[in-house]
Amino acid sequence: MNQPVNQTDIQHGILEQQRSEDRKKLMVNGVLLLLLLAAPFVMYPVFLMKILCFALFAVAFNLLFGFTGLLSFGHAAFLATGGYTTGYLLTNYSGLTTEMGIIAGTLVATLLGLAFALLSIRRQGIYFAMVTLALAQLVFFFFVQSKFTGGEDGMHGIPRGELLGVINLDDNLNMYYFVLAVFIGCYLLVQRIVSSPYGQVLKSIKQNEARAVSLGYNVDRYKILAFVISAALAGLAGSMKSVVFQLASLNDAHWHMSGEVILMTLVGGMGTLLGPVVGATFVVNVEYQLSQGPLRDWVDPILGGIFVLTVLAFRSGIVGEVQKFVKKNLG
Amino acid sequence: MSMIFGVPAAVLSGQLLIGVINGAFYALLSLGLAVIFGLLKIINFAHGAMYMLGAMATVIMFDALGINYWVALFVAPVLVGIVGMVIEYFFLRRIAGQDHIYSLLLTFGIALMIQGVLTNIYGVSGLRYSMPDVFKGGVNLGFMFLPYYRAWVIVAALVVCFGTWFMIEKTKLGSYLRAGTEDSQLMQGFGINVPLLVSLTYGFGVMLAAFAGVLAAPIYSVTPVMGSHILIVVFAVVVIGGMGSIGGAIITGILMGIIEGLTKTFYPPASSAVIFLVMVVVLMIRPSGLFGKEA
Repeated sequence: MNQPVNQTDIQHGILEQQRSEDRKKLMVNGVLLLLLLAAPFVMYPVFLMKILCFALFAVAFNLLFGFTGLLSFGHAAFLATGGYTTGYLLTNYSGLTTEMGIIAGTLVATLLGLAFALLSIRRQGIYFAMVTLALAQLVFFFFVQSKFTGGEDGMHGIPRGELLGVINLDDNLNMYYFVLAVFIGCYLLVQRIVSSPYGQVLKSIKQNEARAVSLGYNVDRYKILAFVISAALAGLAGSMKSVVFQLASLNDAHWHMSGEVILMTLVGGMGTLLGPVVGATFVVNVEYQLSQGPLRDWVDPILGGIFVLTVLAFRSGIVGEVQKFVKKNLG
Repeated sequence: MSMIFGVPAAVLSGQLLIGVINGAFYALLSLGLAVIFGLLKIINFAHGAMYMLGAMATVIMFDALGINYWVALFVAPVLVGIVGMVIEYFFLRRIAGQDHIYSLLLTFGIALMIQGVLTNIYGVSGLRYSMPDVFKGGVNLGFMFLPYYRAWVIVAALVVCFGTWFMIEKTKLGSYLRAGTEDSQLMQGFGINVPLLVSLTYGFGVMLAAFAGVLAAPIYSVTPVMGSHILIVVFAVVVIGGMGSIGGAIITGILMGIIEGLTKTFYPPASSAVIFLVMVVVLMIRPSGLFGKEA
């Protein structure tokens, strides 16, 4: 009461601090963007696109796991559904432009996500994980039995086609910038969602669901929407992946894929925006490097070991640990 | 030949028998999962790997040391149980206070490691294990042929299942276990070594899986990935039965085996998915499972 001047000073200081933080963030993001734009001239574009697709998949998963606290063990179903739908449409209807195929794949995955959400949302924690796992397995068996997926052989020779009927996507550079644009768009969307009032409610559900309920939030509706958005983005990742590789296979539907996206998110840092991107980059690189060397048969056990190590020793993941380190030593 | 719903009776009863046998395995495996979950609140993703270890140990012990089936029936589960207790002591114990999700992720990682290492050593093509001589042949029941070994599997599984249920629900040791999970601090105050109890429970749960593995060795193909195929089905069985319900796990296991067998007879393409379909229906009508308490 006696020192109103001081208080505004403090407020001013906080604002100033926030501004400088924002500036820092903007700079970091700018540098990252430049790196991503230049990357295909240094590295093989298809490999980069693989990373981007998995990064989007992990970002989608993280919206649900990291921010809402729901562990889905069935996200492979959305990745595969997006991929198969897009692949089927682009292969059989030559009149479709690529982006229409991708949008259709995303929509089908979104609807599937809604179905999953309605069935599983009443359970929590590990129950939820097991229900989503079993539902995804149902989807897996559907794809195994269906003729159009090509069964064990997978769906080959999906045409990349032309974006908007104009831009030739057979060119790897064009394809890369398209994938990058979609990825950045989705990343910003998730960033927007997380920082919106809606995102705050999601976080509160994660921290204390009972309290969120007692505050009058219809928790189930919030969770269902988060699940559907997450499934949509995962489906979009699968759709793009099938176009990039011109291939959709059962691997994408297998529950190991659901496990892998958990690993990516966990290693990178769950509940952080950049974490899943870092994690996906890390895991895809580890898999690639191992498959080139003498340890090519040891990919699975090594990934398992990384899993164990992450859960035991650094649960906040790469990004989380770096943030902690920065806060402790530089903040 | 008599027909039932347009299917020869012999075919139907044959599929039913296979169904009951698969059901016996589902029951043993989901029972172990239910024990571990019900008492420790751990979703044991390594359960399939433990089942596989039981079967692999049986084959390897026979090939390397000439240890026969009957000895393996006891030794393999004990060995795997020790492995389980080591895992509990060095890994699971460290995340005891954390969110249950982490135990699921941790055991998933452990399963990947075990399975991956064994795949590298033994390949995925499957090891051969010959049935003990006592079990060769079978008996003609008039309407079907019942191989002795299949009959033994059903009997052995049922006995072990019932014994486990009895021990947990009806004995003093079982009441300690249940009390220890209700309030471990209070139990410790009464002078009961709760951490040891937890280790033993986990060890016992995976022993059940390994026992199923030994039973499976003579009739299923023994490969390092055999566990990961059956694990997800067993998860669905546990969800249908109601998580943590011991009796529910047993009954649901056998029931699901039979339903699977029937589906194989009448509409084969759906046979691998039917359990998951049942799960969806059960979840819509009774979200906590057939035998589960409302969570």
